[in-house]
Amino acid sequence: MKKIMIDPITRLEGHGKIAIFLNDDGGVANVYFQVPELRGFEKFSEGRPAEDMPQITQRICGVCPEAHHMASTKTLDALFHVEPTSAAKKLRELLYSAFYVTDHTTHFYILAAPDFVMGPDAPPAERNILGVIAKVGLELGGAVIRTRHENHWVIQTIGGRPIHPCFGLPGGVSKAINEEERAKIEEIAKSSVEFGKLSLKVFDDVVLKNKDYLDMVLSDTFTHRTYSMGLVDENNKVNFYDGKVRVVDPDGKEFCKYVPRDYLKHLAEHVEPWTYLKFPYLKNVGWKGFVDGKDSGVYRATPLSRLNAADGMTTPLAQEEYEKMYSTLGGKPVHYTLATHWARLIELLYAAERMVELVQDPEITSTDIRNIPTAKPDEGVGIVEAPRGTLTHHYITDERGIIKKCNLIVGTTNNYAAFYMSVKKAAEDLIKPGKEITEGLLNRIEMAWRPYDLCLACATHSLPGQLPLEVTIYDAQGNEIKKLSQGIS
Amino acid sequence: MAKLKIALYWAASCGGCDIATLAIGEKILKLAEAADIVFWPIGIDFKYADVEKMPDKSIDACLFNGAIRTSENEHIAKLLRAKSKLMIAYGSCSYEGCIPGLSNFYNRQMTFECAYIETPSTDNPEKIFPQTKVKVPEGELDIPEFYDTVKTLAQTVDVDYFVPGCPPEEKTTWLALEALIEGKLPPKGTVISHSAKALCDECPRTREEKKIKKFYRPYEIIPDPEKCLLEQGLLCYGIATRGGCGALCPQANMPCTGCYGPVEGVIDQGAHFLSALSSIIDSNDPEEIQRIIDDIPDPAGTFYRYSLPDSLLRRARIK
Repeated sequence: MKKIMIDPITRLEGHGKIAIFLNDDGGVANVYFQVPELRGFEKFSEGRPAEDMPQITQRICGVCPEAHHMASTKTLDALFHVEPTSAAKKLRELLYSAFYVTDHTTHFYILAAPDFVMGPDAPPAERNILGVIAKVGLELGGAVIRTRHENHWVIQTIGGRPIHPCFGLPGGVSKAINEEERAKIEEIAKSSVEFGKLSLKVFDDVVLKNKDYLDMVLSDTFTHRTYSMGLVDENNKVNFYDGKVRVVDPDGKEFCKYVPRDYLKHLAEHVEPWTYLKFPYLKNVGWKGFVDGKDSGVYRATPLSRLNAADGMTTPLAQEEYEKMYSTLGGKPVHYTLATHWARLIELLYAAERMVELVQDPEITSTDIRNIPTAKPDEGVGIVEAPRGTLTHHYITDERGIIKKCNLIVGTTNNYAAFYMSVKKAAEDLIKPGKEITEGLLNRIEMAWRPYDLCLACATHSLPGQLPLEVTIYDAQGNEIKKLSQGIS
Repeated sequence: MAKLKIALYWAASCGGCDIATLAIGEKILKLAEAADIVFWPIGIDFKYADVEKMPDKSIDACLFNGAIRTSENEHIAKLLRAKSKLMIAYGSCSYEGCIPGLSNFYNRQMTFECAYIETPSTDNPEKIFPQTKVKVPEGELDIPEFYDTVKTLAQTVDVDYFVPGCPPEEKTTWLALEALIEGKLPPKGTVISHSAKALCDECPRTREEKKIKKFYRPYEIIPDPEKCLLEQGLLCYGIATRGGCGALCPQANMPCTGCYGPVEGVIDQGAHFLSALSSIIDSNDPEEIQRIIDDIPDPAGTFYRYSLPDSLLRRARIK
């Protein structure tokens, strides 16, 4: 039997690797997606003061520290039985929306766009952000850099630090913003809305108007019928910061909707001996292995899943785009994995519009930003929608607020079974007996997991999606017969 | 002058250091003018195998972030040391062990049991743990070994310079890169930061006399925005932490947690903080002193928040 290793030992040095075993006839026998590192946060959080958890757990991931900081801070609200002030909630959500704008911008332009703008078969040297800028124009490149830079300033201004913020406390936040800061954030929010609109236009021009790409989006190779998960508000509209977790089945019917403290009634995690990362699944459907469909507990928690799990968006421009996506792709729910890129841009626009709403709220400069907890801490669960999936923190403390038990189900982990299946299916469909394994073909396999915006940081720490491939093909005796490598920026 | 050859690498870290390297903004163009980046897993497409083929000492400087926690981290640290003239521990994880170093209060078995058995969402009736080598029907799969103890880079290979911070602030990063670019290198072993003194020196809060009758936890009080946080009873680590970040956390009304490491000349940051604190407790009555100290809920995990692997303690003894 032949073994093909897709091992990102170059750019990620083993923080995610794929083994493809071939039959003697050259078809795919099996695929394994391994995550070769464990961070160990759940154990060493034991013994720490609960109020330090927002700053401790964000060190899981320097790419999305805001998500851990926020989930942890909300867990503290529940743990200490304290409701944050209204202004504090708005400041948290404002920072979180700015974070979404930067994060989705990074993913779309630096990681996803090269495949579509340059084409999946373009030489790797051109298939990167510089190639994209050369093709679509310096002006857009400047807008990408400016949007990221300005929204990082928003994060530092509200959160105290540019990477690993420090402002979250049970019952509120540690600092307010003044009118001068507010006015600048408002400008940034408005230009982020324009940037969101522009990004959807780029997607429309480059992907939707190109029949080859659209066919690829709609192809079975990049489709999985799974359950979809996402956080929704009281009207079942998408919300990143707060609400209930809603899951819809592969037909789009509501399967369950739960408040954070009930997550254990709905989720469980499966363990395999060949990887350090666990596989979450819907407990009430059950673990049936790496298969999709209604009888398998595998679910997805991605931008597309969030849109599938919700009834719409609360902001006008994003709602328009939401309706356009579903009418173009044949109604809800959508299971085309590559459409996740589209959903991500709709979310980017929503996050920017939400920034404008929040920063124009008269309460946003209020100094009433803290409620001091008075109850004894015991147990709390906090959930936010991280860009890469529903993020759950759960702490149990003693009466002094010292962590006794900690459980974390993080963004990318939710999707482990799903992105593994996506890679497997793409490999099975694309690697055929007698067909040469080219660099472009390997890139198409990579395109199967790039929509998930893999941030193995939360389990390993690779930057999202930047998984270059090194493929070694072995013959039945284990001799190396061919080596191909590629790097994708 | 020939361009410098620089490598950047991440081991057991969160990726924040790599984001921090990118945060130098336009100065990245200056860096590109002066140096070629020959190896950078997140940004540049050179292979691990290419590094192996490089002659020894052919890389001018390697900025290494992340602690050493797996066999793979160790292997690559040794490889990059051999290939690099200068090895720089960049960021708190490689310098001191940082937050992941809190793992040293436990061991591998306890970490595995927590992650794969005890956590309430885990469904693992057969008590399966990940294995470094696993036979599957189609062949064999392997993953790196997870060590009992988190180590710093300097406990693994010889290190020339240290850059503090979790992550290092933009100006600290640039200070290190500028020294490399201009060839103005400080003595071996230097911790590169704008300050060798305690953070208090650059903190804008007003200080009077430090006399502490009671410690508060950050959620218990709303501190005065102008006055020293430690004087208000918050356990601000600035007194025993190297400056250079600009006192960002105290300016956001939150105590410093110590991420820039010890001040110049101090070996054990935790012990230094402890001794500094004991000198400001406002009591001579042993019972009262005990009561005041009891308000500190997690002394070991607080004093050694970023530096346990690099401290004199290194790790807890597990019986």
